[in-house]
Amino acid sequence: MENFTPVPALAGGVLIGLASVWLLAANGRIAGISNILHGLFARAPGDLAWRAWFIAGLIAAGFLWHALGLAPAPRSGFGLGWAAAAGLLVGYGTRMSNGCTSGHGVCGLGRLSLRSLAAVVVFMLTGGIAVYVVRHLIGVAS
Amino acid sequence: MNARLSALGAGLLFGIGLWLSGMANPRKVLDFLDVAGNWDPSLLLVMGGAVAVTLAAFRPVAKWPRPLLAPQFVLPALKEIDAPLVIGAAVFGLGWGIGGYCPGPALTALANLSVEPFVFVAAMVAGGLLESVTHRQGR
Repeated sequence: MENFTPVPALAGGVLIGLASVWLLAANGRIAGISNILHGLFARAPGDLAWRAWFIAGLIAAGFLWHALGLAPAPRSGFGLGWAAAAGLLVGYGTRMSNGCTSGHGVCGLGRLSLRSLAAVVVFMLTGGIAVYVVRHLIGVAS
Repeated sequence: MNARLSALGAGLLFGIGLWLSGMANPRKVLDFLDVAGNWDPSLLLVMGGAVAVTLAAFRPVAKWPRPLLAPQFVLPALKEIDAPLVIGAAVFGLGWGIGGYCPGPALTALANLSVEPFVFVAAMVAGGLLESVTHRQGR
């Protein structure tokens, strides 16, 4: 567990929670990233702007982190076929279940939603299974 | 402040939280899910810190007459634990455990300007569109 980083993990988590409260208090919206993204390709035109601006902020944070020299070296050597397969499953699954780690995890648990709790238990479980199969049984370096 | 600027700021803060916490790094996410490997429990604290804040603030805020910059709150109406929820969450988890990205970290990792997150995000959008054309009947 030498890779355990409790202080930044907790502090970053608090910022994620504060950002979610901010979006609810100011914009009246749930900070569920998958729903914000999928809605860009589904909703009425009047509903697009806040989604696009939120995602722009999310991406800008990455550029800021790189500019400050704080970003870890990007992963290399992970097969793009695996990345594509993973992306397809994440996109399909989050749209089907209406949420992801943020919508069901951060926001749903905060709303005491049993539906979200069920989703979190299921995706943690299958996430653990997938990483076991891919890293230990197939032997992919990820 | 207008609603768009507010959404931009919320996204920026959310993204900073992802980077600070380590969640924008897919290796760290996979080290959390990999309980049989060199397990890294950090993400428990990310989730714990975030949920502590939303648990404290969401319910009081949602009781306000209206949000500060929008006409009304838009909250999920679904309550039932149904098959699309469980199957969808299971499929999402598989993808998360393969790639180490959930949607927020994948989007903010676009700033790495490496090919991998672009491939992941394009596939994620395609997966969502595929779901909407194959599974939307009667919903």
